Amino acid sequence: MTDKNVLAAYATRLGDNALIIGQRMIELVAAGPELEEELANANFALDYIGQARMFFSYAGECEGAGRSEDDFAFLRPEHEYQNLLLVEQPNGHFGDAIVRQVLFDSWYLALLEVLTRCSDEGISDIAARACKEVRYHLRHSSQWLVRLGDGTDESHARVQQSLNDLWKFTGEMFVPDDLDDEMRSAFNGPHLEVLETQWRADVAAIVAEATLDLPDDQWMASGGKQGRHTEHFGFLLAEMQIMQRTFPGATW
Amino acid sequence: MYTQGLDQSGRGDSAKSGGESKEQLDAFQARIDAEEKIEAKDWMPEAYRRTLIRQISQHAHSEIIGMQPEGNWLTRAPSLKRKAILLAKIQDEAGHGLYLYGAAETLGVSRDQMVADLLSGKAKYSSIFNYPTLTWADIGAIGWLVDGAAIMNQIPLCRCSYGPYSRAMIRVCKEESFHQRQGFEIMLTLCRGTEEQKAMAQDALNRFWWPSLMMFGPNDSASKHSAQSMAWKIKRFSNDELRQKFIDVTVPQADFLGLTIPDDKLRQNEETGHYEHSEIDWQEFFEVISGNGPCNKERMAKRRKAHDDGAWVREAARAHAAKKADASAAA
Ligand SMILES: [Fe+2]
Ligand SMILES: [Fe+2]
Repeated sequence: MTDKNVLAAYATRLGDNALIIGQRMIELVAAGPELEEELANANFALDYIGQARMFFSYAGECEGAGRSEDDFAFLRPEHEYQNLLLVEQPNGHFGDAIVRQVLFDSWYLALLEVLTRCSDEGISDIAARACKEVRYHLRHSSQWLVRLGDGTDESHARVQQSLNDLWKFTGEMFVPDDLDDEMRSAFNGPHLEVLETQWRADVAAIVAEATLDLPDDQWMASGGKQGRHTEHFGFLLAEMQIMQRTFPGATW
Repeated sequence: MYTQGLDQSGRGDSAKSGGESKEQLDAFQARIDAEEKIEAKDWMPEAYRRTLIRQISQHAHSEIIGMQPEGNWLTRAPSLKRKAILLAKIQDEAGHGLYLYGAAETLGVSRDQMVADLLSGKAKYSSIFNYPTLTWADIGAIGWLVDGAAIMNQIPLCRCSYGPYSRAMIRVCKEESFHQRQGFEIMLTLCRGTEEQKAMAQDALNRFWWPSLMMFGPNDSASKHSAQSMAWKIKRFSNDELRQKFIDVTVPQADFLGLTIPDDKLRQNEETGHYEHSEIDWQEFFEVISGNGPCNKERMAKRRKAHDDGAWVREAARAHAAKKADASAAA
């Protein structure tokens, strides 16, 4: 791949994660446990959608084929989306959504921090903006994890189950593929094995404060980065893409 | 947004006298007449307090329920830009709910109580949110017409005699006018688009026109609490006056879009300059208000489910806060 192609592919992948987690959070609008949380959820989802827009626009620029942010978001087939399986998982209950946020954001923040120092200015600028937002999201969802873990017997049991259920989606975060390697060698991108050490320490600290147990090492699901998704993903895309697919070429 | 009919739909909680003396009532009215703002700690007649609690809490509930019909198109918004704008709008509405509950709380009612009244069906919310959003154009029509009607209602509320409500309205109105412009812009884009898009815009106008006019509440001759609310300067204009203003402003906008208002009797009176229109279907209005609109059951079911699903979460948050308080007291 040429350097521009590496950047385009890498920015697309980052955009996919932001878009898909944002889309899942949007499904939670008007279903929050309290009004303050309703505001936080909408606000955070808006941040992710904004990040997706920046990453896709930059991907289009690097690719140089005239694709817009919406072409990336709405007009690709399922196997071209390279988001982590974790972010496409259905929302479940509030504790499931919080655990998903903590696991994802603690990885995403660590990744973005490295990317702020990468040698491509386009990516590092977006990463710097996103870092500020994601740091705040992570603080918020970690506080919720602690409340739920420490709160009542019921909330403790529920959120421990969420953690156990979602753990299997964390493995692929740290398995580099060719694109990760190229991003690292050409642009000083993240070293995923190093990231894993940091992520484990961060997550272990939050989980301990929440009086929860870290799940045991187990079989890990993978495939998101290769475009092999879970069954849930096709439905998410069908809903998200419907207008662009039904009215090709229309302006909105 | 959305204070429609809010001063008329109270049941059983309407203005009861609190046994105030004539001197107290006269002194209070004198303050109102002098355009003084009444603040939370000031003396006020019980009926004034109750009227405001009813109106502000219904207004807050409307903001919250209003998130649902728009939220219905969030996951399907046709572009990332539109998705972001719609999400920001819905977030604003949640914020409006929050300030309004806060303004009502200054009158001595708790948010928990207000929410309980909404969930039990005792408290009402604006009838407009019981209509379905069937196409993307409905999101444009809601911003243009529903936020537009809300602004007509709310601009005078910025001068409401009750200080906390008037201040909340000043903040809310700025955001509502953004929403109105964004909605109009969606309509404009559709009307300049393909035939299919333009038909979608016309269909949305057809369905939302009459319900939007109903947002101003019953005709003046049938409006129960208006006279007292006007004397207290909670209300500054009658339902029919506000509705007329809205029609007069909106008809030229529809012309600009190239859309047809679904009223074959609509015409401008050359002498007065005002548009005359057909009679509103008040039967439909009262049906929707009393629970028989197309989506009343769905809206309430979704709100109750969110509340019930969140019970364990709120309980956990309280339990954790109590543990922390105990720990810091022991330290
Ligand atoms: Fe509003
Ligand atoms: Fe609004």
